[in-house]
Amino acid sequence: MSGIQLRNVAKRFGDAEVIPGIDLDIQDGEFVVFVGPSGCGKSTLLRLIAGLEDVSGGTISIGGKDVTDAAPARRGLAMVFQSYALYPHMSVAANIGFPLKMAGQSKAAIDQKVKAAAATLNLTDYLARKPRELSGGQRQRVAIGRAIVREPEGFLFDEPLSNLDAALRVNMRLELSELHAQLKTTMIYVTHDQVEAMTMADKIVVLNRGRVEQVGSPLDLYNHPDNLFVAGFIGSPKMNFIKGAYAKEHGAATVGFRPEHTTLSKESGAIKGVAGVSEHLGSDTFVHVKLEDGTQVTARCAGEMAVRHGDTVWLTPEDGRLHRFDEKGLAMREAAPKLRAAGSGL
Amino acid sequence: MATTNTQATARVMMAPSVIILLLWMIVPLAMTIYFSTLNYNLFNPAETPFIGFLNYEYFLTDPAFLTALTNTLILVLGVLAITVIGGILLALLLDQAMWGAGIVRLLVIAPFFVMPTVSALVWKNMMMNPVYGLIGQFTRALGLGTVDWLSQVPLLSIIIIVSWEWLPFAVLILLTALQSLSEDQKEAAEMDGAGFLSIFWYITLPHIARAITVVILIETIFLLSIFAEIYVTTGGGPGNATTNIPYLVYAQALLQFDVGGASAGGIVAVILANIVAFFLVRLVGKNLET
Amino acid sequence: MARAVSTRRKVFFTVLAWTVGLLIFFPILWTILTSFKSEGEAIMTPPHFLFFDWTLEGYHEVQARSNYFLYMMNSVWLSFGSTLLGLLVAVPAAWAMAFSPTKRTRGILLWMLSTKMLPAVGVLIPIYLIFQKLGLLDTRLGLIVVLFLINLPIIVWMLYTYFKEIPGEILEAARMDGANLRKEILYVLTPMAVPGIASTVLLNIILAWNEAFWTLNLTTHDAAPLTVFIASYSSPEGLFWAKLSAASTLAIAPILVLGWFSQKQLVRGLTFGAVK
Repeated sequence: MSGIQLRNVAKRFGDAEVIPGIDLDIQDGEFVVFVGPSGCGKSTLLRLIAGLEDVSGGTISIGGKDVTDAAPARRGLAMVFQSYALYPHMSVAANIGFPLKMAGQSKAAIDQKVKAAAATLNLTDYLARKPRELSGGQRQRVAIGRAIVREPEGFLFDEPLSNLDAALRVNMRLELSELHAQLKTTMIYVTHDQVEAMTMADKIVVLNRGRVEQVGSPLDLYNHPDNLFVAGFIGSPKMNFIKGAYAKEHGAATVGFRPEHTTLSKESGAIKGVAGVSEHLGSDTFVHVKLEDGTQVTARCAGEMAVRHGDTVWLTPEDGRLHRFDEKGLAMREAAPKLRAAGSGL
Repeated sequence: MATTNTQATARVMMAPSVIILLLWMIVPLAMTIYFSTLNYNLFNPAETPFIGFLNYEYFLTDPAFLTALTNTLILVLGVLAITVIGGILLALLLDQAMWGAGIVRLLVIAPFFVMPTVSALVWKNMMMNPVYGLIGQFTRALGLGTVDWLSQVPLLSIIIIVSWEWLPFAVLILLTALQSLSEDQKEAAEMDGAGFLSIFWYITLPHIARAITVVILIETIFLLSIFAEIYVTTGGGPGNATTNIPYLVYAQALLQFDVGGASAGGIVAVILANIVAFFLVRLVGKNLET
Repeated sequence: MARAVSTRRKVFFTVLAWTVGLLIFFPILWTILTSFKSEGEAIMTPPHFLFFDWTLEGYHEVQARSNYFLYMMNSVWLSFGSTLLGLLVAVPAAWAMAFSPTKRTRGILLWMLSTKMLPAVGVLIPIYLIFQKLGLLDTRLGLIVVLFLINLPIIVWMLYTYFKEIPGEILEAARMDGANLRKEILYVLTPMAVPGIASTVLLNIILAWNEAFWTLNLTTHDAAPLTVFIASYSSPEGLFWAKLSAASTLAIAPILVLGWFSQKQLVRGLTFGAVK
């Protein structure tokens, strides 16, 4: 019904090529997250879909209709902006009702729909207020209310949580997921925060320098990253990468293993290093280790781990959790050569 | 942030302003340059032979031009000195805690809103008139005798009148700049052991330096073309004592009907203003992110 | 932030500031007082400050010169007309430059500013001759056009700095919400820009009201505003100070009030946004 297809979509600003050409299929009802570092083109891509920017090449279709040249309002999409973009001179009710007013609906219909939206978003008591009299979280809800009230074919979110404090962000994340579960409408969500991507998405699109690095479900990306960039970007703390002799042993240019898939021992293991700072989170301890060639790696140990600064430690990646990458940084998927006996060191 | 559609609309919406201003700037200026090369007098408008740079030669070698140029410079510099220094002092004063600060502020900025012809006449008659003027009556009461301001020290009188009009402008802008100085900075300086003068010199003055530059440049633009005040008080006199370049050009054109000579003078004025404008545009441009 | 200020210090600065303030305001105060005196009282030595026979004689005489109303109306026409014309042309331009800037926007803005610096005497003669040819000398239309032209850069600049402060995302939100260009300007931009537009209008009325180069040179009677009317009192013969004061008070009072309301905007408008 209302899937979104991008075919070879490109964007140039003058001479600068922001997006060289992207193909992407978004299924109806999917929650898709565009994630990537700042400047990777994720917001531009969202604005191209919204129609706030013209494409320099390629086509966009929504629900099977080519909307490449259609005005934003004709695309049937609603957008929640990073700054919320509430109309400061209108009350909350007028803000939420604005798209309906633009669509020429009757006062009574608008009133009823606004009330319904306000009820779902816990805004009923604030309908008469102006945006400046609301807290950050409430403003966020108004922006969402304005988006859902017109029952769009898809929602676009442009880093909607980045202006909220950490605790509120976690709450809103849940609320948005809940909203998606209720509405079952296509949502495209842009963020630079891979935790938001992992927790909310059905499908993650990892972008880097205008290119799609990988598309897949959160666990897909976590377990089978296609390349070094995705491997390093998804997961926290970051995946450890080791080059040199240890990588060669595994027939790769670089090997990677996640901190949580690393065993740390004071006696023996695959890789030798010196313990640096330990971060105690209670449930876990992150031990930062400096290897002999200077590489910094992290091990995540369950519970409390008593390692002192300067201790010599050994790390061992968990079996089957080792990621191998070739010279170009691409993942090597074929079976790894058989491991030699552990403890060979570097 | 725009689509080609809105960009096209934008061009259409900008066109009227740009075209109108372009015409306003280019056409008369071109005509002035053209006239400045003609022997063109309104008494004999039928014959306007081309005479090259002769008008410029006459205008620039006319002793009246040198006087007018000197007067213009004295007027500009005198008013600048008074308004900038006075403006800083007054802005500092108004920045202090006091009762009725808002009202004092209104009183101080009021002269800026008085039309130039009114302020010139009020000063000429009710303040500076040697017999009935308040200043004269006051100095006489003190036994200091009287000065006939507009005849004895005409240029100084004009400077006083114009300074009175422009002092509020300087105060208003410098005060705005002062009030954007964070209290933290001053407190940090106090913690570092700076006294009132050191704070002024090392913290306050650098903070308002930009505003001072803006005041100087903008005032200069307006002061270079002071006209109404001279027109209603002295008429450029006595002699040429208060004739500045705009008034000289006006007199040449509309009193002596020498279009060619006046045009040459006009171009000289344009060049003078451009020198100042060059710096102002750069200063404003630096502050402009688009 | 707020520190306790010693009362002695506060008293000192209050007295000092009020003294200086009243001194600067004095010529205006004196004009207002004189306007309520009789001609004889106005030139009394020593002058009477407050204790004189208050009279409206001066005002009656100004009224009696029936054409005072004409000058007043001309001032109103010129200032409102030129400001309105300016808004019509400048709002779209400022909108375009603020919300759809291109590489040239900055250059165009600075160029507009530079036209403001063109000294009037540089173009006085051609304008005078063109006006003579077109029969625009001493007409309201001609003066409205000239005042519109000299203030257009300021109007564009002021509106531009105000529009710049409206986040582009809000206009985009309106676009996403289904507003077309007309509705976007009508329902979203204009209500948000009203304070800025109002300040712009205010400043330009003040500037146009007080303009005294073009009005003095291009009008004699029919289209002459108050600046010219007041200037006609400069003739040396006769001392009609009460009348002069009454006329002056009437001429400056409305603008003084407007000016007091628009101090903040004035800073921004006159410095082209360089000081806010």
